[in-house]
Amino acid sequence: MAGKERAIPAPGVNPETEVFWNAAKEGKFLLRSCDDCGKSHWYPRAVCPHCLSEKTSWHEHKGGGTIYSVSVMARAPEVYAVAYVTLDGGPTMMTNIVDCDFSTLKIGQKVKLVFKPTQGEGAPPFPMFTPA
Amino acid sequence: MTIKGKAYIAGAFEHPTRLAKDKSVAQLHAESAAGALRDAGLTKDDVDGYFCAGDAPGLGPLGMADYMNLKLKHLDSTDVGGCSYISHVSHAAQAIAMGKCKVALITLAGRPRSEGHSGATPRMRGADAPDTQWEFPLGIATVNAYAMVAARHMYEFGTTSEQLAWVKVAASHHAQHNPHAMLRDVVTVEQVVNSPLIATPLHRLDCCVVSDGGGALVVVHPDIAKTLKRPMIKVLGAGESMKGQMGGAVDLTYSAAVRSGPMAFSEAGVKPSDIKYASIYDSFTITVVVQLEDLGFCEKGKGGAFVADGNLISGVGKLPFNTDGGGLCNNHPANRGGITKVIEAVRQARGEAHPAVQVKNADLVLAHGTGGLLGSRHGGATLILERE
Repeated sequence: MAGKERAIPAPGVNPETEVFWNAAKEGKFLLRSCDDCGKSHWYPRAVCPHCLSEKTSWHEHKGGGTIYSVSVMARAPEVYAVAYVTLDGGPTMMTNIVDCDFSTLKIGQKVKLVFKPTQGEGAPPFPMFTPA
Repeated sequence: MTIKGKAYIAGAFEHPTRLAKDKSVAQLHAESAAGALRDAGLTKDDVDGYFCAGDAPGLGPLGMADYMNLKLKHLDSTDVGGCSYISHVSHAAQAIAMGKCKVALITLAGRPRSEGHSGATPRMRGADAPDTQWEFPLGIATVNAYAMVAARHMYEFGTTSEQLAWVKVAASHHAQHNPHAMLRDVVTVEQVVNSPLIATPLHRLDCCVVSDGGGALVVVHPDIAKTLKRPMIKVLGAGESMKGQMGGAVDLTYSAAVRSGPMAFSEAGVKPSDIKYASIYDSFTITVVVQLEDLGFCEKGKGGAFVADGNLISGVGKLPFNTDGGGLCNNHPANRGGITKVIEAVRQARGEAHPAVQVKNADLVLAHGTGGLLGSRHGGATLILERE
């Protein structure tokens, strides 16, 4: 297992994204999709990055995915792993892989979503992943 | 319209300092400017265009332009990270071609070594940047963003740590001849792969130095270049682009060089195999491998094999690169390596590199850089220069 865990700074929520973070507090992981072109994207935006449509909406995702790439910060005071995870049927998102033996992490590995608390009272948890 | 032949690099200067505890950032900019103007044989009163990026203290170009008391007809503070200054040469040539200015000064300076800023620390790039809330909490720093590119390159193409290490080995062979280089010891592949892992799979010796310093360039109209005593180094072609996460269609296997490179080669009317010397931004060893592939010096995925066995060492390999020792060994002022890439390319084209690393008849040279993070969003700029 990992040693001491890194304190995660709270995300700077804004009006465009507060629905996502409020849902995260309830344990729900939302993806933003376009009502015009039908594609989902990451990170969530009000305006679709695929077609610039302003008609986008939130949809819940189950949080399964596959590691696209991963790097372990081996010499940080608290070792941690940054990664890109490709969501099942969805976009690829930057994240952390947590609660695991970092030395075993591999590209192509299946992972599942876990919300991790961030710093500060009332701050929303952050979507991260752990081996499935 | 083209910038081909419309402008010349007349002055180039790399500040000799690598640790500037007793200087300000503004002072380093101005000292670099003075050095480049001296090199060109021009004075500050000849300058009518000024270019800088986010390392310049003050509001855009205003702070430094006023510090140096410049009288300007054209200003540009395009910031695409460490490759900004390569773009600035292109923008300066455009402005000169359009008649907006005749003598363009470009400066860079910074003190990350004195101030303790390295690529291992997550950096906030503006609280309201749209990506900040999604990425800053993850501890994304410079080194682990590039490391994810390296990990994927290894997964897709079988690239090895030993192949990446050859990039550093080649840089160290060059740096031994540079009295200003931060790291002058020649290193071996074994030393690189046995140095501590910083962000897997990148080791300490896969990473560039953190240095204080600065640099400046002077780009001039052909009529002015002809009156100066320096070799005529013509701007032959340039390209710039960027690449991001494509809305979640992330692909870490290539860089913005796939667009900036072909634009530059097309404008210059040359091909990669014509290039005698290349300055390739070496923030990390993997940066060089990806950019060389994307610029067309080798096939996609074959970069590891291309850089191995000394192929980047001047006098040994087919493509001599970063003969000043590059960012990996010589200098990475302001944590931005673009201007030093152009400076060494100019030295090579003039025949003024160190004799031990000078490429014979280096009349066609290239400088390419990546700014920002190769692993998330980055700028790319390519410049091709020819000695007349």
